[in-house]
Amino acid sequence: MGQTLFDKIWDAHVVSSNEGFPDILYIDTHFIHEVTSPQAFDGLRTRGLPVFRPKQTVATADHNVPTIDQHLPIKEELSRYQVDMLTKNCKDFGIELYGLGHPFQGIVHVIGPELGITRPGGTYVCGDSHTSTHGAFGAIAFGIGTSQVEQVMATQCLLQSRPKRMKIEVNGTLQKGVGAKDIILYIIAQISAAGGTGYAVEYAGDTIRSLSMEGRMTICNMSIEMGARCGLIAPDETTINYVKGREFAPKGEEWDKAVAYWQTLYSDEDAQFDSVLSFKAEDIEPMITYGTNPGMGIGVTQHVPETASFEAKEQGSYKKALDYMGLHDDETLLGKPIDYVFIGSCTNSRIEDLREVAQFVKGKHKADNVVVWVVPGSKQVQEQAIREGLDKIFDAAGFPLREPGCSACLGMNEDKIPAGKYCVSTSNRNFEGRQGPNSRTFLASPLTAAASAITGKVTDIREFLKEGELV
Amino acid sequence: MSTKIFKHIQTSVVPLPIENIDTDQIIPARFLKATTRDGFGNNLFRDWRFDGDDNPKQDFVLNNPNYSGKILVAGKNFGCGSSREHAAWAIADYGFDAVVSSFFADIFKGNALNNGLLPVQVSDDFLKKIFDAVYADEHAVVEIDLVDQFIKIVATGEQETFEVNPYKKACMTNGYDDIDYILSKKELVEEFEQGR
Repeated sequence: MGQTLFDKIWDAHVVSSNEGFPDILYIDTHFIHEVTSPQAFDGLRTRGLPVFRPKQTVATADHNVPTIDQHLPIKEELSRYQVDMLTKNCKDFGIELYGLGHPFQGIVHVIGPELGITRPGGTYVCGDSHTSTHGAFGAIAFGIGTSQVEQVMATQCLLQSRPKRMKIEVNGTLQKGVGAKDIILYIIAQISAAGGTGYAVEYAGDTIRSLSMEGRMTICNMSIEMGARCGLIAPDETTINYVKGREFAPKGEEWDKAVAYWQTLYSDEDAQFDSVLSFKAEDIEPMITYGTNPGMGIGVTQHVPETASFEAKEQGSYKKALDYMGLHDDETLLGKPIDYVFIGSCTNSRIEDLREVAQFVKGKHKADNVVVWVVPGSKQVQEQAIREGLDKIFDAAGFPLREPGCSACLGMNEDKIPAGKYCVSTSNRNFEGRQGPNSRTFLASPLTAAASAITGKVTDIREFLKEGELV
Repeated sequence: MSTKIFKHIQTSVVPLPIENIDTDQIIPARFLKATTRDGFGNNLFRDWRFDGDDNPKQDFVLNNPNYSGKILVAGKNFGCGSSREHAAWAIADYGFDAVVSSFFADIFKGNALNNGLLPVQVSDDFLKKIFDAVYADEHAVVEIDLVDQFIKIVATGEQETFEVNPYKKACMTNGYDDIDYILSKKELVEEFEQGR
């Protein structure tokens, strides 16, 4: 019987497999950041252990760094202390750190791929649930807790039971104005925030295949939002062309050898999945969430579901979510005034996202009632945007380009959405208080966010297409 | 290193019948700036528990003196969202030894098991029975036995078995540690590296 892509990669990394025990899985690269690593370093000190393979460990500061004036000391004391601790720990344990001021600094899930560290067939972990992003290259990538961060530091291995395998196919042609973010929000809305729990999800089908690497990363990034253990997409020419020539990508003979191996990485035709789901690209509208988990999403022209449409035991939680969001049954979001637009996060802060937004907003200006933040995913994305003149387009539109970090996705730095305010956000979570205490988040694509910033209200990007303003 | 041992508890419970409780509710991101594992219990469910001026919200169950105990009972898909282990630390630090739900998110479940906090997954029906029992009598006692893998509502005698990974069960009942286990296989890791 054939093997799935996931099983091929898993089997190639099993150090030891014993009945009744989880497998010991070898990890190619361990990404770390300031928030989930300090307790793990302390654990190593208590045990008197070194980092087993420091050269396979890469660190950056992203979660609580400011996104303006990064050249100055961090003002907020606890954030500064945590970032300083990361610097000290990396120095003590011999780990390369791409900290503030380094040309490679940025959101951990943006820099791994852009530096060519993330590659097909590899295994990657990070103390961050959006590590699933790296699966876009045809890799196994898990978000892990801090005890496991310590485990991987100490052993370069992760103790893990093999998850079930799910295939999600998307076939057909997307409507204009609909992109990768809409695809993944649509899938999560269809199968719920728990629909992928226990599974490694492989995304397949010609719609997925037609996406750029950056679009594929957006899809895999949000695998965790349906509960999946990880998401992955088989590598192809698009993948290989993206990796080629990057800073740490293999070179010369090593490259040829790597590519020959990568070309064997696909699910065999007779591979068995524990679950297979299929969706049609044509059914997907520009999506927006209305509730307090990413499964609570609708097409932008649709109405918020009625409480009575849920089972009795679910109605309390549903009503709590609508109350928090200040919405009611059957309400339409289209035309609802908003206060903030956040374009950024490990889901949508790469150069293609910024180019798409810049192309759309060129010659337009944001509405007076809206504050817009554009936060690039990395220093390299920021520099590239400036080289291409995107910063000037953004400035003219009232969309100031800030400095890289996780920013308002989770509000660990100063970039918080105030209580009660509505934010159309390109990030990945609309949980209560995620973007700041009592903030209200509508998750959407970069184009929907940009169009909503221009009009000052939730907007169907296709309305602009009708006017012929967008190619 | 040994970890906390869990074999059996019998205690009253704290009911939280909300679905999809994510780790941002359990411990909001702004409290993740600590660099030790201690003290997160003070901020457990912070924004449900306290208002913007840090006054306790009287309608939240942790502020209701009628409910107490070592077991938190919550709606399905508990612990979804972020991988922050701080969520498990906060629940354990507050004083809970077990969380009961009809469905757990994967990463939370793993984090809890690594911290001596037992996630007990029960059927939808049994979850409802526990909520019914505790709303009928706030002192209703629930027994959880990890060795024999059952959960019981003591007053009615109703019980259900639950699943737990046999390796993690051995770790929790004996205080074994994952890192010690992998380090005992260190030569296999080095052989694997050389074979690549």
